[in-house]
Amino acid sequence: MEIKTNSRLEKVLKNGHMAVTSECGPPRSSDPAHIIEKGHLIKNHVDAINITDNQTSVTRLCSLAACIHLKQEGLEPVLQMVVRDRNRIALQSDILGAASHGIHSMLCLSGDHQRFGDSPQGQNVFDIDSMQLLQTVRYMRDEGKFLGGDTIKLPPNMFVGAAANPFADPFEIRVPRLAKKIAAGAEFIQTQCVYNLDKFELWMKGVVERGLHEKVFIMPGITPMRSVGMAKYMARAVPGMDVPKELIDRLSGVPKDKQSEEGVTIAVEAMERLKECTGIAGFHIMAIEWEEKVPEMVERAGLYPRPEVD
Amino acid sequence: MIVGEQKPFDEVWEMVKSHKQLTVFGCNTCVAVCHQGGNKEAEILASLLKMRATKEGVDIEIVDGGIERQCEHPFFESAKELLKDTEAVLSLACGIGVQFMAQKYKETPIYPALNTTFLGDVQEDGYFTEKCQACGDCVLGVTGGVCPVTRCCKRLFNGPCGGSTDGKCEISKDIDCAWQLVIDRLKAIGKLDDYEKLAPIKDWSKDRAGGPRSFKLEGF
Repeated sequence: MEIKTNSRLEKVLKNGHMAVTSECGPPRSSDPAHIIEKGHLIKNHVDAINITDNQTSVTRLCSLAACIHLKQEGLEPVLQMVVRDRNRIALQSDILGAASHGIHSMLCLSGDHQRFGDSPQGQNVFDIDSMQLLQTVRYMRDEGKFLGGDTIKLPPNMFVGAAANPFADPFEIRVPRLAKKIAAGAEFIQTQCVYNLDKFELWMKGVVERGLHEKVFIMPGITPMRSVGMAKYMARAVPGMDVPKELIDRLSGVPKDKQSEEGVTIAVEAMERLKECTGIAGFHIMAIEWEEKVPEMVERAGLYPRPEVD
Repeated sequence: MIVGEQKPFDEVWEMVKSHKQLTVFGCNTCVAVCHQGGNKEAEILASLLKMRATKEGVDIEIVDGGIERQCEHPFFESAKELLKDTEAVLSLACGIGVQFMAQKYKETPIYPALNTTFLGDVQEDGYFTEKCQACGDCVLGVTGGVCPVTRCCKRLFNGPCGGSTDGKCEISKDIDCAWQLVIDRLKAIGKLDDYEKLAPIKDWSKDRAGGPRSFKLEGF
């Protein structure tokens, strides 16, 4: 497979390795120390680290700056970019800025609605949507042009990904929706947290039937539950999240001080099962404010050491 | 039609209480349908203001009236006398009517009694829902007659997002997911395959983003 960018994630995936990514959320502060520390905690166990972009619409240190901090530490960031807060001028500008700092992977997202965050009275932008952001980055990279048609002297060298949520409704368009994202230019996919493995495998069956797994690298999202409370909250309150009752029952069945351990075990079991699923190219581990558990999960899932690529 | 909602009464009172004379002026078309700004509502609001003035010991002469539409010159003929010497107007029209009056009566303060809320329909008596944002470049022909600009909270042209659950939007169980409605409609009219066609990047210059819009017919 032709390597098109300097993205480490692209090289790992295209060399046929099962990739592992994780994510870190920037701080609500101008002090970058915490995110740098989190990055170092997981750097030897993942191929790249997603940096979230004001996730859940809560104002934080910007994704681009956090990515630059990690890059300066020699780590490999994936710039997450939502279309909620910036118009096409700002988005294209940030893409160039990222590329100028040697950031070569990005994830194109819509972004949570601002109602969930610290500024529900703010305006939202949504000048373009996440699919159109994929098209934009690919156009900039492959055609060497801005959306306005002008030539970019040095186009951004960017490996481009998108999210997919097989658990959102309507289910029947979730495979067509993936096809649409691929048509828009997605080269890798990181999914919503997978807890309902049966449903995920059903979605993957549809993906494989259409041969989409040969056109894009699919990395299921894995988030360990820290407690039964977290599982119940995610089941109840997080839109588009599918947490089966059996998982909640299993966590309820162990003493409180052992629930986090059980949560990690459940996540590792999920990875072991999904490794066997046709079309899976790796895992995206989102250990929310629990990054220290990532190395253990990667090791237990048999995904350590990480491959060396140029 | 244009839908509006009356402002909180205290806010209205604060705007007008310093005047000695006031005309409370209804607009009897769109905002009358939603029972917020018609001539009848103007009469009721005038009564409430009179009661408040009496209670607070404020000396203010309040009269009421109205016309069919505050956004067109000919309709003002019937209210010429009423508006001629009025000190101030509390208009129950939408923002269009308020501005039209402010332009027409250059030295008269015109206050809005309503918040203009949206362009919508009458789903049932007393229930109005937003349907159009006048973006200037209609896409209803490819979205099964459901507007993503208005009805999707993220105005996605290639939705639905990952928050669509049981036909509802991630931001509220009271809001339908526009893209669920699009999919349902595309299915019903036998065009579900069209879902996979990528929507082109929108030209927002035809929207508010391009500046105030106008439209002039030749030959009039």
